[in-house]
Amino acid sequence: MNWKKSFIPFVNPLSKDNPVIVQILGICSALAVTAKMEPAVVMTISVTAVLAFANVIISLMRKTIPSSIRIIVQLVVVAALVVIVDQVLKAYTYDVSKALSVFIGLIITNCIIMGRLEAFALNNRPWPAFLDGVGNGLGYGLILIITSFFRELFGSGTLFGCQVFPDWWYEAGYMNNGLMILPPMALIVVACIIWAHRSVNKDLQEK
Amino acid sequence: MTDSSTSVRRLSDVKTTISESQYLLIVKGLKKNIDKIKPQFEEGGRFSKLQSVFDGFYTFLFTPNETGKTGVHIHDSNDSKRAMITVVIALLPCCLFGMWNIGLQHYMAIGSPDRDLFTLFFYGFFAVLPQIFTAYIVGLGIEFIVAQIRHEEIQEGFLVSGILIPMICPVDTPSWMLAIAVAFAVIFAKEVFGGTGYNFLNVALVTRAFLFFSYPSKMSGDHVFVKLGGQPGIDSFSGATPLGQLAAQTEPSAVVTNVVGDPLSYTDIFLGLYPGSWGETSCLCIFIGMAILLLSGVANWRIIISGLLGGFLMALVAHNWQSPLYPCTYLQPLEQLGLGGFLFAITFMATDPVTACRTRTGQYIYGALIGIIAILIRCYNTGYPEGAMLAVLLMNCFAPLIDYCVVNANIRKRMRRLTVRNI
Repeated sequence: MNWKKSFIPFVNPLSKDNPVIVQILGICSALAVTAKMEPAVVMTISVTAVLAFANVIISLMRKTIPSSIRIIVQLVVVAALVVIVDQVLKAYTYDVSKALSVFIGLIITNCIIMGRLEAFALNNRPWPAFLDGVGNGLGYGLILIITSFFRELFGSGTLFGCQVFPDWWYEAGYMNNGLMILPPMALIVVACIIWAHRSVNKDLQEK
Repeated sequence: MTDSSTSVRRLSDVKTTISESQYLLIVKGLKKNIDKIKPQFEEGGRFSKLQSVFDGFYTFLFTPNETGKTGVHIHDSNDSKRAMITVVIALLPCCLFGMWNIGLQHYMAIGSPDRDLFTLFFYGFFAVLPQIFTAYIVGLGIEFIVAQIRHEEIQEGFLVSGILIPMICPVDTPSWMLAIAVAFAVIFAKEVFGGTGYNFLNVALVTRAFLFFSYPSKMSGDHVFVKLGGQPGIDSFSGATPLGQLAAQTEPSAVVTNVVGDPLSYTDIFLGLYPGSWGETSCLCIFIGMAILLLSGVANWRIIISGLLGGFLMALVAHNWQSPLYPCTYLQPLEQLGLGGFLFAITFMATDPVTACRTRTGQYIYGALIGIIAILIRCYNTGYPEGAMLAVLLMNCFAPLIDYCVVNANIRKRMRRLTVRNI
């Protein structure tokens, strides 16, 4: 029982307290990087790593940070981690890093990260803070991956760059939907996920 | 002299009363039979699942005799179903002409334009029939299902959209694309906001915009607006619409041609003898439709007048400062208004009472901005040969804001008057 309870910070953000579809945070990057699945997966891993380690570091320092300068300290920690992630991506997956361009750098401004640091890491011990970071990162990534799945499938007819629809579909007149590649469609796909999620979890519906 | 005339009048009076009473008898018989099966569709009846479907058809035939339970108790019998029918009637001239024009363009493109009226008309008729069916089946299907889920009356809004949608799409649009676009528009532009009367965007234009951004190669260019039906075109054939030709051309002139390369005269433009989405080409037919809408009071004349004026002014400005960078600016202002979908959009799209402004001042602003933006996009963004669709959709988004500002300005004005008097 106690063991189960300690995983609440990890499980909650996956569905009931999801940062994207319940708290509506991090929408900006959800629109920008979900046209293809590969960048979405890389983005998920990057944000999860940054968030988990930032949470742990801030949690370790929580008793020494003066309240008046805590935002600056958080920013420095996050920025350092983001630079590390950016360098790793440039070294090992250069193409994806090119595709993600400025959005890796913009992880610093992702509201989810600052939100979790303020709301959770400053008041909790390192282990729960780590779980919370991983949970929120994965909850964010889950939505990114679902969105990019639909966008890549219908927008380019591929998944991870491999063609899904057979050639005779195209010969019979099937065409990829160009709107799916454009950012507005990401909003509508995310809206559909929210729609489905709220119709299952009725307690989340606004009156 | 007087006697004979009165007797004639009396005779005709008798004639009408007979035909009217016969007509009433038929209607009464029909109503009796329908009323007989009505209980089966009500709560607890055998077909209670289909109640909204039955209700939809019932109120389509007869003005409902129910009285209001709250608020307003006196209703005009000219309800939204009958207003919608008026719009469909107003669309008929464009619709029939468009079908004939499809045939004409086809036979001109393959080099044998000397066919009789019916060959041309039925060629076009059968070309667009699948599209009309697709639009109605998909759109009404979704509306029926949603009405059934929500236990509401079936909304009649799609009656007009269903015919409008094929009319503003190229004739060669595949039916499956149309089906996806209609489903998208009905669900995301209308049903999620609460159905007919609650949509803030024009459903037909959302369909068109979805198609335009999803499948650009099927929505513009010189292959989609003339149906060749697999036959080769003659040597001088070009299927581009006049505005498409202008957007693609590089020489500093405004010569637009029809499918076989002859330049278009004002008469051709007025009659609509050039390729385009099949409802939009003929100014004459649109003017007939406009007259029907204005005389019946369904469309708002403020929006139409200010839209035409705004478009004319912008066309005048563009023509005055013409530049070889933007070939569309070489068009004369009147050609500018007559070509493409501008007139059609102003008449049938901008005046949609649900998505337009409600306040009178707002309607002038709304119409004028649609006219200005449509011509602005058309002239200065060569990526979009026709701007009317985007202009109307953009102003749909701003209509509530315009209304809000107009209402608040009025409140402020009256407040000021009040305080001045008090002092």
